[in-house]
Amino acid sequence: MTVTSRLVPIAFVVALGCGVAALAAAPGNPTPVKESGGIWTDKDGAPTFAIAKDGSVDWGTFVGFLRYNDACLRCHGPDGAGSSYAPDLTQALKGIDYAQFIAFVAGGIQAVNTAQQLVMPSFATDKNVMCFIQEIYAYLRARATGGLGRGRPSQHAPAPKGFDEASYKCLGIQM
Amino acid sequence: MRLRESWVAFAALGALAGAVIAAPAASAQTAMPSLSQAAANTSNWAMPALNYSVTRYSPLDQINASNAGQLQVAWTFSTGVLRGHEGQPLVIGNTMYLVTPFPNTVFALDLNNDERIIWQYTPTQNPEVIPVMCCDTVNRGLAYGEGKIILHQADNTVVALDAETGKVDWSTPLASYKEGATGTGAPLVIGDKVFAGVSGGEFGVQGFMAALSLADGHILWKAYSEGPDNQILFDPNTTMSLGKPVGADSSLKTWKGDQWKIGGGDTWGWISYDPKLNLLYYGSGNPSTWNPTQRPGDNKWSMTIFARDPDTGVAKWVYQMTPHDQWDYDGINEMILADLTINGQQVPALVHFDRNGLAYVLNRATGALIAVHKYDPAVNWTTGVDMNPSSPNYGRPAVVAQYAPGSHGVNVNYQGICPAALGSKDEQPASFDPQTGLFYVPTNHVCMDYEPYPVAYTAGQPYVGATLSMFPGPGGYMGRFIAFDPVTGNTTWQIHDQFSDWGGALTTAGGVVFYGTLKGYLRAVDAKTGKILYNFKTPSGIIGNVMTYMHGGKQYIAVLSGVGGWAGIGLAAGLTDPHAGLGAVGGYAALKNYTALGGQLTVFALPGS
Repeated sequence: MTVTSRLVPIAFVVALGCGVAALAAAPGNPTPVKESGGIWTDKDGAPTFAIAKDGSVDWGTFVGFLRYNDACLRCHGPDGAGSSYAPDLTQALKGIDYAQFIAFVAGGIQAVNTAQQLVMPSFATDKNVMCFIQEIYAYLRARATGGLGRGRPSQHAPAPKGFDEASYKCLGIQM
Repeated sequence: MRLRESWVAFAALGALAGAVIAAPAASAQTAMPSLSQAAANTSNWAMPALNYSVTRYSPLDQINASNAGQLQVAWTFSTGVLRGHEGQPLVIGNTMYLVTPFPNTVFALDLNNDERIIWQYTPTQNPEVIPVMCCDTVNRGLAYGEGKIILHQADNTVVALDAETGKVDWSTPLASYKEGATGTGAPLVIGDKVFAGVSGGEFGVQGFMAALSLADGHILWKAYSEGPDNQILFDPNTTMSLGKPVGADSSLKTWKGDQWKIGGGDTWGWISYDPKLNLLYYGSGNPSTWNPTQRPGDNKWSMTIFARDPDTGVAKWVYQMTPHDQWDYDGINEMILADLTINGQQVPALVHFDRNGLAYVLNRATGALIAVHKYDPAVNWTTGVDMNPSSPNYGRPAVVAQYAPGSHGVNVNYQGICPAALGSKDEQPASFDPQTGLFYVPTNHVCMDYEPYPVAYTAGQPYVGATLSMFPGPGGYMGRFIAFDPVTGNTTWQIHDQFSDWGGALTTAGGVVFYGTLKGYLRAVDAKTGKILYNFKTPSGIIGNVMTYMHGGKQYIAVLSGVGGWAGIGLAAGLTDPHAGLGAVGGYAALKNYTALGGQLTVFALPGS
């Protein structure tokens, strides 16, 4: 399948986030149902992972690994495993669904008090995050609930045709 | 603001109000000394690195190799903050001054009176600054000058406080945290000026060094790391690099288009000064982004040692260590000014242990390159620096393409690069002991895989563009504390640690070297032999720098605990070896299994009065 558009519309993201921000829900059954542009989705349409018996991950999960390292590692540590600075996402994502995840990423979180100063910024305007938000979620979902281990996935499905061009277009850069 | 009756109630509001909380004065303070007076008194620790030469060598010798084993804890102090505690306190006379990570509370402690809090000051800062601080909300310490304590806040505002009362004298913002510019480095006072840099290399912040008036805080000059000559304060004819004038547009010519505007080269490390030459020394950090293919050229003057006139800001000489960085080897580590005997001649040297794994010796008057050696044999991205003055590549490192993430373009996983991005050494300062003539260096023995890809720039958002997988270097350990001769490249002795050595070193005339480990040990070591004389586990991992002072006829050793920083982020969950499969042990264990968060100062002394 050819990839044509990458960016999840910000308005959609914000609307989705605001609507469900108060609800915490488990991410549900991660079984992949449908693939489009290298990204698998579950029966509810949320991005998910597809790991083959030989351990090979789907393209979206692999891209999620790469882009997690770009935008998230500085705080959440290698492989989403948490750090002295920010929570372990392999645990945190067991308790929230895709809508809640989007709400946190797009809206940010602040917990500043006498005991802690935890602040996650809004990434709503960060194309490096929002162009790949489905993939980052699929990767973290695989880490939290899919038994995906630490480190760079050793094998992955090939990139769908047109992926690089669509990525660069979404990022607004020329390579 | 001085409050007495209501100060307890006010304390609860302190964090919100930018408040000074001053206890009633118990004893009359004498007039505060000038910085030169304070620094001349060897009982004090009056500058971030003790002296302008940044040697961190104290002439105190009450604690020596014979008695260091008897050290014990004299007193402790909780900072009340959980984040990573880099830096070190100051001691001026009977008062100790220390600063915490965000919210950057400053404490003045009375050494004459049970270390009671004379005053504390907590600035008002928007918490939105927290997530734009790359790699934890650290602060590397305060500066002192002419009765003022200088604080470099997280939001890149420089503040002068009255050293006796904590009252704000002036406050000057340098750059906006909304664009990713933050403050972590310790400022330095020279004469009537304050010097401070900026952090933000992972946010594309155009780095600069700023000079401010100590009297009223107004900005005297700002010298950028990249840009046109009038922004970088270069004179094309008199600013020299390796013996030659740099010429016009020396920075602009090495960037594609206007990428220099978001080019990084931030200045978050230590600052040195040579009063005789009247030159200020510091280094610049990585060019932004981490994806080298996206920013062709040498990217000058990122990764550079600068020697500037502190009065005008104009650069006398520069040397770029890592042209066109492909590894995030920031050049910000301390520049140690030491007079070394080389081939029988006394040389005014500048010694620098760079993140890139090379130890540089330069003539600090001229910028001439004298010696370059690897200080960790694992370093593999370069075979060494071209030392032939007639070579077209003079002064450049010979890059090994296999380990250079720009050599074959993006979306390639470059494997087995040593050192990792955090460098063979990061900001944790080394110390020079003139008695042994050796440098004592806390190091990171960590390697990485590096996979670059294109990224977009958005102001105030991360601008990184690479995936890194780090793993312990050969031998399976991550920390090497070394006694090193940078002229010969010889390592006299070394102590290995499971985790990186991220605490700064102190040498003393007593022949004892001190440093702290990520597991939280404060360690005293015989400077000559490397024998561990004392090893005490403080409450949390140490990423702070050991300091010493004399009070009431007694020598004290002090260090901040409080795990965090890039070490805490990278190592908390432990590393994995992408090439060894599962089940690796030793160096791969999780730091969080050994230590938890918590800021505390621990002060040591010998027993007896």
